[in-house]
Amino acid sequence: MRDALGSVQTALVVGGGSDIGLATARQLVDSGAETVILAARRPEALEGRTDELRKAGATVHVVEFDADDTASHEAFIAAQGELVGDIDVVLLAFGVLGDGTVNTDPQEAARLLHTNFVGAASVLLAAANQLRNQGHGAIVVLSSVAGERVRKTNFVYGASKAGIDGLAQGLGDALAGSGVDVIVVRPGFVHSKMTRGLSPPPFSTTPEEVADAIADALRTRRRVVWVPSVLRLVMIVARHLPRSIFRRLKF
Amino acid sequence: MTAMGGIGAIHAGQGVITVAAGVSLDSLMRTVVPQGWFVPVSPGTSFVTVGGAIAADIHGKNHHVDGSFCDHVLSFEMRTPDGELRVVLPDRDPEVFWATAGGMGLTGVITSATLRLLRIETSRIRVDTDRVSDIDELMALMESGDAHYRYSVAWIDPLAGGRHLGRAVLSRGDHASLADLDERERRDPLRFNPVSRLAAPPWMPNGLVRRATVQAFNEVWFRKAPKSQRDALHSLRAFFHPLDGVRGWNRVYGSQGFLQYQLVVPTGEEDTLRNLVERLSSAGSPSFISVLKRFGPGHGLLSFPIAGWTLTVDLPTGVAGLGQLLDELDERVVEAGGRVYLAKDSRLRPHLLPRMYPELTRWREIQAALDPKGVMRSDLARRLHLVSSSRDA
Repeated sequence: MRDALGSVQTALVVGGGSDIGLATARQLVDSGAETVILAARRPEALEGRTDELRKAGATVHVVEFDADDTASHEAFIAAQGELVGDIDVVLLAFGVLGDGTVNTDPQEAARLLHTNFVGAASVLLAAANQLRNQGHGAIVVLSSVAGERVRKTNFVYGASKAGIDGLAQGLGDALAGSGVDVIVVRPGFVHSKMTRGLSPPPFSTTPEEVADAIADALRTRRRVVWVPSVLRLVMIVARHLPRSIFRRLKF
Repeated sequence: MTAMGGIGAIHAGQGVITVAAGVSLDSLMRTVVPQGWFVPVSPGTSFVTVGGAIAADIHGKNHHVDGSFCDHVLSFEMRTPDGELRVVLPDRDPEVFWATAGGMGLTGVITSATLRLLRIETSRIRVDTDRVSDIDELMALMESGDAHYRYSVAWIDPLAGGRHLGRAVLSRGDHASLADLDERERRDPLRFNPVSRLAAPPWMPNGLVRRATVQAFNEVWFRKAPKSQRDALHSLRAFFHPLDGVRGWNRVYGSQGFLQYQLVVPTGEEDTLRNLVERLSSAGSPSFISVLKRFGPGHGLLSFPIAGWTLTVDLPTGVAGLGQLLDELDERVVEAGGRVYLAKDSRLRPHLLPRMYPELTRWREIQAALDPKGVMRSDLARRLHLVSSSRDA
């Protein structure tokens, strides 16, 4: 149960191997979470990375999750409920960025969209049903500033994030009054293993800052979170730029 | 729950009354005060139901003399999770009675209760007020004098520090007798018309509650209290439920709201209490006037009161670091053999619960026997793992 100050007792991190997923798990454990499930495509890759959470006092479960296998998602969520009882917060922190060919290779683009949008949508709805039945909880969806206005340099990735962002907001409104909150988090460029080697644009951030922002949103019940927060203002401007100007921007 | 209304007749002479569980103390008082009776225990707000008063085994300003609400309950009727409607009396079924008293609603649904009311001659309270400049003076005054008063409560300025730590206004009194009233008032000694309710504006700017503004408010509040006043006559509402007159007073805390933290430490732990007040004062969370009072012994297995000192503080939740501060205070309270009030709790860590409430294991056994299938649930029970986890699936 999430308490009056936003601390949760049980958390499920889908994409538990991601830097943001782990940083958020750490943040939640530090503020009182007792049980954390880290769900990852390759659980073995998490070996050694959960010691810190256990040392901080949490019970940690590492389970397998395949975002592309949408047929398994309902059973996956139900199994986590069996494992720990009520789940106070579900964080969706998985996704792929795509390589250089994704903007030209239809197969590659379809794969990215399937993971980032179709897979995310499917597990999101499964989680929403579970939380609605238990009568409380929060779902945190990692969107991206890239989805707010899709850019020419990464439009397939941007479109996948625009899609899941819209879906999560609509779902959040549909769940109003059910006891379940949906929080959409829109980070800028995050320094992580996903973005290693890329040159950061202005207003870049870190997994720890994203984790702090998520913990803060759980406390204040804010539904849309920008990291860093200045991006909200930056994107108000960017959203309204004429396309003739927007497409000339170099980032 | 207020839909479960219905107030029976008062048995002549005895002050014994049967009321439906959904009746609020406010409507009960409107019925019984004009007939010369008062509720045996009245908390800081009258907008609580009789069922809720039993479930939380509520206390009032008279706990040091009269005990808590369930000490005045002669019996109640409860629908237990097996569907049975039981009449529970403290002598005949003490386990169920004292597991339900303070049991936070988890033993079944109380449908009605029979209580013993308090005889009153007037609807006024005769009040003595003392302004006290620090916490040691306050505790000494309460220890020496509280036994002479049915009602006693100290309003503490939680922001005052240094030599003013715990400065307070001590307010003590008892029901006024007919002889205390002047000729004009004696014509209608039981007049009871709670003030019409004002409302706080529907929207309050966030950020109103800052240390500086609250400090200024507390200062004015402290200064305007009489230094020492004897035998002043106050209305029941003004003495017991001053905030009930302002609907939505909590809005002053802005959209993030506040939480109330109430602790008790046993008699003899005065140093701990002073330390706790000091910690709160130095943490600087902008808190309006807090409440200190003394408890007598308690009875329910999960009832809050134990003989000692209870402190209640309102804390705006928007302040960062509040969780850690309260976790730290919890530890100190447990070390001292104290506990926090479950009816007000919204953030306690569950591992401290068995240490705060040593009868928890016994309570869980009785609760499990009444509710073998684990039907009764609440957010509080989930968060604190109150009901045993084997049925928690």
